[in-house]
Amino acid sequence: MTDQETPAHIQLGMTDEEYTGVTDLLGREPRPAELAMYSVMWSEHCSYKSSRIHLGRFNSHQPWVVVGPGENAGVVDLGDGWLAALRIESHNHPSFVEPHQGAATGVGGILRDIFTMGARPIGVWDAIRFGPLEDTRNRYLLEGVVSGIAGYGNAVGVPTLGGEVEFADRFSKNPLVNVMALGILRQDQLVLSAASGEGNIAILLGNATGKDGIGGASILASASFEEGDEEKRPSVQVGDPFEEKKLIEACLELYDKGLVVAIQDLGAAGISCATSETAGNGGMGMDVNIDAVHLREPGMTPGEILMSESQERMLAIVQPDNVDEVLSIASQWEIDASTIGSVTRGPELRVYSQGTLVAEVPAASLADDAPKYDRPSRRPGYLDEAWGREPQIPEHLDAAYVLGRLLDDPAIGDRSWISSQYDHMLFLNTVVEPGHDGSLLRIKGTEKGMAVSTDGDSLRTYLDPRRGAARIVFESALNVAVIGARPYALVDNLNFGNPENPEVMWQLIEAIEGMAWACEEIDVPVVGGNVSLYNQTDGTDIYPAPVVGMLGFCDPMPDQPPRLDRAEDGMSIWVIGQEPKGDFAASAYDRIINANLGGRPLDVDGDMARRVIAATATLAYEMPVLHDISTGGLAVALAEIAFKSGLGFTLDELPHRDLFDETPLRVIAVGPGHSLDTLVPHKRIGTFTGDVLDFSAAGSISLDDARTIWSNALPARMH
Amino acid sequence: MTTAVIVFPGTNCEQDTEYALNMVGLDAELVWHRDTDLSGADSVVLPGGFAHGDYLRTGAIARFSPIMKEVESLAATGVPVLGICNGFQILCEAGILGGALVANQDLKFICKPVTLRVESTDSVLTAAATVGQVLQIPLNSYEGNYITQDSPSHNGDDRVVLRYCDTDGSLTAAANPNGSTQAIAGIANSRGNVAGLMPHPERAIESILGSEDGRVLFESFAASVSSVTT
Amino acid sequence: MTYTFVIQVDRKPGLSDPEGATTARALHDLGFTGVEHVSFGRTITIDIDAENSDDALATVESMCAKLLANPVIEHYTIEANS
Repeated sequence: MTDQETPAHIQLGMTDEEYTGVTDLLGREPRPAELAMYSVMWSEHCSYKSSRIHLGRFNSHQPWVVVGPGENAGVVDLGDGWLAALRIESHNHPSFVEPHQGAATGVGGILRDIFTMGARPIGVWDAIRFGPLEDTRNRYLLEGVVSGIAGYGNAVGVPTLGGEVEFADRFSKNPLVNVMALGILRQDQLVLSAASGEGNIAILLGNATGKDGIGGASILASASFEEGDEEKRPSVQVGDPFEEKKLIEACLELYDKGLVVAIQDLGAAGISCATSETAGNGGMGMDVNIDAVHLREPGMTPGEILMSESQERMLAIVQPDNVDEVLSIASQWEIDASTIGSVTRGPELRVYSQGTLVAEVPAASLADDAPKYDRPSRRPGYLDEAWGREPQIPEHLDAAYVLGRLLDDPAIGDRSWISSQYDHMLFLNTVVEPGHDGSLLRIKGTEKGMAVSTDGDSLRTYLDPRRGAARIVFESALNVAVIGARPYALVDNLNFGNPENPEVMWQLIEAIEGMAWACEEIDVPVVGGNVSLYNQTDGTDIYPAPVVGMLGFCDPMPDQPPRLDRAEDGMSIWVIGQEPKGDFAASAYDRIINANLGGRPLDVDGDMARRVIAATATLAYEMPVLHDISTGGLAVALAEIAFKSGLGFTLDELPHRDLFDETPLRVIAVGPGHSLDTLVPHKRIGTFTGDVLDFSAAGSISLDDARTIWSNALPARMH
Repeated sequence: MTTAVIVFPGTNCEQDTEYALNMVGLDAELVWHRDTDLSGADSVVLPGGFAHGDYLRTGAIARFSPIMKEVESLAATGVPVLGICNGFQILCEAGILGGALVANQDLKFICKPVTLRVESTDSVLTAAATVGQVLQIPLNSYEGNYITQDSPSHNGDDRVVLRYCDTDGSLTAAANPNGSTQAIAGIANSRGNVAGLMPHPERAIESILGSEDGRVLFESFAASVSSVTT
Repeated sequence: MTYTFVIQVDRKPGLSDPEGATTARALHDLGFTGVEHVSFGRTITIDIDAENSDDALATVESMCAKLLANPVIEHYTIEANS
């Protein structure tokens, strides 16, 4: 079929049924500009049509939630008039096509979601996943993504404070780039997106509009790749962090002066989304003069202008009396602005060009009437066979050899090749910097602290989506508890394969259930999230990769928060929490030593989770070192402390397997004395001393040798 | 009288710099690059960031901002002027200090603590330090590689005030993070009132953030301010 | 024999060029108000040893496609310099 024969709606990524949905809604055939708007707004990336009905399982109700899911970012109350805004977003497909710009514009987008709420963005975290680094293409992608995040984040002036990286074969053609951002604001600075006030003016601020990303939302994020997808390439957007920095400052000044009624950032589906959502959220309509939009490229059609995903743009709703001042502030910050429309009683969104009506649709319908699919789900065929491939772990191990192999893994070794490319110090808030379990930020002038961790575990989720996702939540909670914070709010990024594959839907539904259950067990509200589907190339879906972004809160912060570099000669080592139970499915040992992915991850006890998390957060006020035991088990966790503290350790005799067991809900505590004051199960297992990592009968390795392996793991592969 | 902290579009360390100046008793005022009035200022700091996105060349567009004429005049009268990171780059592009900053040797952005050795106390940046003193200060830049090719500043020869060194104070290849000529991290003009450095001393003024070694540099600046005005 | 080529790598038209836009604005500020458009590219000069000019050109084409230009966002022209 040639392009002339393929119907327009099919070319724009819509199905016949969806097209019928539009004609039913409008009571007629859509005009070209209207079809353009529906095609982007009803795409998977914008409408969440395959996942929406399942997302209702998440619980977002707690007294400290100020804004839950549905706005541009979740907002929670930190007391004394302080609020925090948080959000996580994916930019997966664009990062495969052009890694630097894909990742850069991902950072730009998530920052806009934060400052559109009235908050100054103060931190970014990146959770990134690639195929194995033996493949040049994957090295190229890692290099590009990191340089994109660094290039944008550093230049826009927001510190990147942490993240995580995973390598697995199924991400080779579908890298995942998830970016989380956090902002803080005073209560009276909160701004929402609902347009109100008939006659109020819509002002477009920021970059001129060009053909960037035309069809990006609908084409890139909502479709799987085939080899040689050349025609999808021109859709990649280029980021301008300088423009974004000016936009942040201009917007914060507008908020400070109370000049905006509402504001929305422009992301996927550009002007279509911003105009319809601000109007729809406010139960109003809007009249838009598309010719007023400031353009970079002449000769764009109204449909193209409506679909454009040019970066660094915001839509502000302003009272007529304030328009001049808004334009003046924009001009002072050297930002372009155009007055493109006005709020009407509604319910239509009407778009005019050259005096002609080119689109007239019910404003709310673009978002609210998007299809909601209840796609079939089916327990995957691979599960039983995978569970049958039990990890074989010998009773006697050469701990030095195994540890050496694990430390040489680029996802376990030193990640400072990545983190040192990011400015992590700007704003002077960083109390615990990249390289520890989580980040800890202070709020100057208060005793309050915010902790953040991003966590994912795609292999474990593949073997058991429900248990895997629940365990990610508990691990993330521990990663903030070890620095003294109580888990306070969560955002999730659900990265899955093709939802038209019932096995993928099953994974998604199970993962949502596991995550929702775990959050309820520890009273953590889910205040927002992002779903990225169609992560599939040539018929192969990615491993299911739900990513958690956890915000922890403490007030007051510990005087001396635990850090991995505070172990001193003679200090005792305890392990608190669960007894090791032989939990090796999806463990680093099984993956690296046995090259196996099999077995079933053990279940987790919600009650034990609550107790261990609470005990850990309490211990953070006295212990010099606390460290969550996760990938690689006890041995890797102890080694990490050893490297940062410059000190070896001697362990009591332990079953060898316990050294690499990945049973969850286990924390290492290091401190002076011989007894630990805590109510959860705990056991003293050794002492930090000397320059050898001594695993008793299981063997030993010198601190220097082990640290050399760990330091080189990632850089050596990136030359 | 206040310390003028110049803000260009894209500057992002002005708040941190103001915080540090306040800590040593200086009253700071943020001045927008399009202003032309520095009459209330007894000292000037050009903070870090990405003025004009670092587009074209870092500092190349900022040097033509209206405020820079005033900065240059004040510098000529002996007023203390300090350029930190991007600020240093702007002073070099403007010819107020000699040399240029180009891309780090391994073409990667570097954000990490580095150790610096004080080479001279004859500057507003190092007056309160001692020669040979080793300071741990964070570096945070992509174009931190200092090169000098006999390009003197408008005011004669510059002097080196800070060099990258290892924790013992030795100048080794490994201790030079970005390939800077002669491991130069900071310089001053011959008069000593204009200084520039790539690392960020404002990020090392409180122990909770990892190091307080930046304090002595800000204290030098504060002492220079009062000694000029009294 | 040594052959010299001058390669010009430019951003594909239609893509945003923040550096170009910012520089245009700076030029206007300096009084060059007639400037309508600025875009940035890179010039790469390569000296290459080859059997003949056709071989040399083929090799340089390959270098451009593989490394020197990013085909997603850039296009290039090659000029032979004798």
